[in-house]
Amino acid sequence: MQNILELKNIGYSYHSLHGETRALQDISFGVRQGEFIAIVGPSGCGKSTLLSIIAGLLAPEEGTIKVNNPDGSLHYPRIGYMLQRDHLFEWRTVYRNVTLGLELNHKMTKERLEAVERLLTDYGLDKFRDKRPSELSGGMKQRAALIRTLALEPQLLLLDEPFSALDYQTRLFVSADICRLIRAAGKTMIIITHDLSEAISLADRIIVLSGRPAVVKKELTVKLTLADNSPLAARNAPEFQQYFNELWEDLTHES
Amino acid sequence: MNPEQNRTEQNKPEKTSGRKKPSRELTKQEEFIKNHRRHHHEIASWRTVIFVLFLALWEISAGCGWIDSFFFSSPSRVARCFADQLRNNSMLSHIGVTLFETLLSFLLVLLFSLLISTMLWYSAKLSEILEPYLVVLNSLPKSALAPLFIVWLGTGTKTIIVAGMSVAVFGSIISFYTGFQQVDAEKITLVYTLGGSKRDAFFKVVFPGSIPILLSTAKVNIGLALVGVIIGEFLAARRGLGYLIIYGSQVFQLDMVITSIIILCIIALGFYKSVQVIEHQIKKRFKM
Repeated sequence: MQNILELKNIGYSYHSLHGETRALQDISFGVRQGEFIAIVGPSGCGKSTLLSIIAGLLAPEEGTIKVNNPDGSLHYPRIGYMLQRDHLFEWRTVYRNVTLGLELNHKMTKERLEAVERLLTDYGLDKFRDKRPSELSGGMKQRAALIRTLALEPQLLLLDEPFSALDYQTRLFVSADICRLIRAAGKTMIIITHDLSEAISLADRIIVLSGRPAVVKKELTVKLTLADNSPLAARNAPEFQQYFNELWEDLTHES
Repeated sequence: MNPEQNRTEQNKPEKTSGRKKPSRELTKQEEFIKNHRRHHHEIASWRTVIFVLFLALWEISAGCGWIDSFFFSSPSRVARCFADQLRNNSMLSHIGVTLFETLLSFLLVLLFSLLISTMLWYSAKLSEILEPYLVVLNSLPKSALAPLFIVWLGTGTKTIIVAGMSVAVFGSIISFYTGFQQVDAEKITLVYTLGGSKRDAFFKVVFPGSIPILLSTAKVNIGLALVGVIIGEFLAARRGLGYLIIYGSQVFQLDMVITSIIILCIIALGFYKSVQVIEHQIKKRFKM
């Protein structure tokens, strides 16, 4: 598969009066169509900065991101960004929350709204369309946030520790659930996580960043023998522990 | 919300014990509601008792000559004064003038402070530049400005409205702006990631997210506007309750002064309650 995005020698520093903090240095990797990439690394190493750069919210100080669309066009892939918390607005109903992106882009067209309807039905939220976010469970909120992101039909989804606000049990189910839905929608995804098990169970490829300034320490392709499709299947795969140990080694042998 | 929870939590055990004793014993929920009502009745009765006692004590002390009713007036004299003023038609117009001026300056304060705090939110640089000026203007005793307003704007409604605004507007700008800034920065990032502009961030997140703060600031502001209007009327009016107070004290008709003060109390209460009702309606509508 061809790379749709190619990051080349990305570097970024934060500046303050006390000096310069180098966050990212010489980061290079490619993103293939339909691939799930997990980025792991010690906390504060600049994972979120990297995601903001890919999303176009920050401009890299060094390096380039090369676009390589299959159809040869040069437009940057449409990005869907999911933040740590769902950030559904309490003053809007669930329906008005999931259509927020369309509203902001003046794209409340018939086809788009029909697509939203389908997602609401598929994700079991159509009964809750007129409820307020506080009336939803944690998992339903994440699903609503996913619909809000998917409504804009992004090609590349960026998830910045999207499940870290959930309790452990909910998190196991929601992360598997959301990733299954994204895979079913045929999207490409980059997820940041500090949970190694989550990274191994969700991703096709794991990129390990070092501590500050972050460089790509390792790229690991994950291949698991899956017994079934349950959220825990990946964690019970025979290769799981091996990958886990390998990542653990990388992250702990930091100094 | 609370009584709901109580019902679901407490109804279950009651069902079983209620079957044993089908008498007129209250369920826990009924008891809770009864206690709640009793509490409210109790508060309301105490409030009334204090009010009536105060009036009675005042009337009796004046009647028995413990206080000089020429200086301290009495409820009956206040009532008579009010009736007289009503008869020669001046009281209603004085009340109307003060009400109108207060409402107008309140609305102008809302408008101005919304406008300016929005501008400050849009430009972080502007807010940084203006911060010391706002702080100084906010802490300045506004009554010190009133004589200037008279010289600049003459004696009339204009001066009084400006005086009314001056008391509330700077504090209100600061509160609104602080409210805007307290909105979760990640929610704003969310709008940007969905392709929204800074304008969208304001109208979709910052403004709706700070409505509770806007409402509570409005509740304070209506009182402040009344303060400012009365200061203005003291100095520069021929009509209004503030004028009536000054006039009454100058001709030594203290009945008139005290009557006006009591009416001001009622107006202040009325304003506060109306804003509260509006606040309640808005919160109910947006389920906040």
